[in-house]
Amino acid sequence: MSTERPSRPKMPQRPPEERIKDFNEVPLGLSEEVAVAEARRCIQCKKPTCIEGCPVEIDIPGFIKLLSQGELDGAIAKIKEKNSLPAICGRVCPQEDQCESKCILGRRGQPVAIGYLERFLADYEREKGVKAPSLPPPRDKKVAVIGSGPAGLTCAGDLARMGYKVTIFEALHAPGGVLVYGIPEFRLPKAIVAQEVDYVQSLGVELKVSRVIGKTFTLDDLKDEGYQAFFIGTGAGLPYFLEVPGENLNGIYSANEFLTRSNLMKAYLFPRYDTPLKVGQSVAVIGGGNVAMDSARTALRLGAKEVCLVYRRTKKEMPARIEEVERAEEEGVNCIILTNPVRFLGNENGWVTGIECIQMELGEPDESGRRRPVPVPGSEFVIPIDTVVVAIGQGPNPLLLETIPGLQLNRRGYIAADAETGATSLAGVFAGGDIVTGAATVISAMGAGKRSAQAIDRFFTDSNSFPEWRQ
Amino acid sequence: MAKILKKEVLTPQIKLMVIDAPWVARKARPGQFVVLRINEQGERIPLTIADFDLQEETVTIIFQEVGKTTMVLGDLEEGDEILDFIGPLGKEIEEKYFGHVVCVGGGVGIAPTYPKARAFKEKGNRVTSIIGARSSNLLFWEEEMRRVSDELFVTTDDGTYGEKGFVTQVLERVLNKDKVDLVVAVGPVIMMKMTSLLTEKYSIPTLVSLNPIMVDGTGMCGCCRVTVGGKCKFTCVDGPVFDGHQVDFDELMARQRIYLEEEKRALDAWLMETEKEGAPYHVY
Repeated sequence: MSTERPSRPKMPQRPPEERIKDFNEVPLGLSEEVAVAEARRCIQCKKPTCIEGCPVEIDIPGFIKLLSQGELDGAIAKIKEKNSLPAICGRVCPQEDQCESKCILGRRGQPVAIGYLERFLADYEREKGVKAPSLPPPRDKKVAVIGSGPAGLTCAGDLARMGYKVTIFEALHAPGGVLVYGIPEFRLPKAIVAQEVDYVQSLGVELKVSRVIGKTFTLDDLKDEGYQAFFIGTGAGLPYFLEVPGENLNGIYSANEFLTRSNLMKAYLFPRYDTPLKVGQSVAVIGGGNVAMDSARTALRLGAKEVCLVYRRTKKEMPARIEEVERAEEEGVNCIILTNPVRFLGNENGWVTGIECIQMELGEPDESGRRRPVPVPGSEFVIPIDTVVVAIGQGPNPLLLETIPGLQLNRRGYIAADAETGATSLAGVFAGGDIVTGAATVISAMGAGKRSAQAIDRFFTDSNSFPEWRQ
Repeated sequence: MAKILKKEVLTPQIKLMVIDAPWVARKARPGQFVVLRINEQGERIPLTIADFDLQEETVTIIFQEVGKTTMVLGDLEEGDEILDFIGPLGKEIEEKYFGHVVCVGGGVGIAPTYPKARAFKEKGNRVTSIIGARSSNLLFWEEEMRRVSDELFVTTDDGTYGEKGFVTQVLERVLNKDKVDLVVAVGPVIMMKMTSLLTEKYSIPTLVSLNPIMVDGTGMCGCCRVTVGGKCKFTCVDGPVFDGHQVDFDELMARQRIYLEEEKRALDAWLMETEKEGAPYHVY
């Protein structure tokens, strides 16, 4: 056995002082030479555990082997057997918690950089130009996909490849869901999302933007138009607020608003684009997830002098990817941990001027397994700031759900759907992604979209499937 | 894309457009609004639906040119298209018999008052309408309002038309001499606030239609949040119509001023670019 194995490559990235001046992408991607060398580091396990860690079960050793042999086209084709959005997943998947966490090499050293390799191959293909595959003969069944985020795009793409007529309905004016309104350009360039959407459209999927299902059309209207199956992938689109005094002061945003203004509406190009976004000198972002990191880093790029993250637990409990926390800190974001806002302070004109916080300490583990933060009596203090972004998560947006009579929800208000198929309480209606699970990852939403596409195919082709709907 | 079928200049700054939007017209009810985006660089703005026609499948919007977006919109002509026309959004008003309903419309708020007055009239209510504007050149749809009202009063702040003064003066007179079951007020926030303060004294249920800053209009961003009865509500999905006695109007007024500076910057840049004469700029 060779004793001199090369080590896992570091992702080349732009220096912090340069990158915070613009919204261009931060990581630069691996070169072919480095990618192939890294692929050769994979020991091609007989029983690969990495695949178990992948929500869409990509044949990881398979694509890595092809890459290690320099067969780039074969390698990306192997990924695309399971994942139609690799350029996106290669960028935003938490590989360290998924495939890479299962890599045998990780036990003694560094796991294979599976995510970097996926990204490399997807970019290679993208630069070359993606060709649409040949499609099977069309089938006479119409499917409506509601929401054009990762779940909807995946479901629509897979169904189109089986020959179904698919229409995606998107409430916003641009397709992509969280990929366009939520994740900033510097982490996921919108040109990449646009290319993935174009690809899905090239499969024959029809895309209707600015159509709010539940308002513009109901599910019944779509049935009348001949749609016979439905996939609901509308995401978790209702921002939570802290519900503490002063939260409606000017200068306090939900992360959804802050990021939507910047990403979807391109407020960072104001006044060339009409939508403004007011960012002061000193910004506090409340929360510790990826959305909080995205908000903090966006605030820096929009000119804030100081940005702090206020998080009630410690860094260890932050739900954000370690990589994202590191990048935020490199860029100058200051993490204030074990701290929770009690109320917002404002001036006579209604603008926020500070946050009164209380210090927290970690108590017993809660139902999420993380130690529950409890306030330390008498430890209140004020953080002076002029802008706040509340990034503490989101819940199910009721706008569509309340217009579908008979649709069963779970106790958290999300759609009750079968974990394997996405089947809901209503015949022919499937659901997947954050609107079923609550806020999760892009890849898990894609996995759900994929499973529902297969289930919808069974619904149409196998008269014994879904007996509960056929009585 | 939605085509402008008809454009009417109601006053120098207030314009009416009939939009070819079957997908909105088929579902629209009084009280609801649309969000529109004129072009790729455009912002999303909410406009309350002024009228809708099921046969023609059209939606009528009326807007006052107060900033860049409304001025760009006002410059469009018949045959031009609006890139995104989204709706109908928000909840409709409860269309039923109350008895005597007083509809109060202020400024450009006369437009969204109209379909509400019409709906109340159709349900057999006695409808008294009071419309007002700062000056006669900002007044419109007097005849339309008269058609759907049993009685109509008109005021201007400067007395250039109708009665000199505010709509609340007339409303107080009506409340003093008549039994009123419901008041509906749409207009500048200050006018809705004064109306609600007045009707509270008389314990008359009052509905107001709020027009805060919005982005998506579907409950996703929370920009339009407003305090109603001590609770945080999203105007776009919980409203836009709320109990006027419960709304924190002062907070709403502060929130409407968030982007004053940026709105002025965008307007000035645009006026410079198009070499237009600046219109009097104000935000309620």
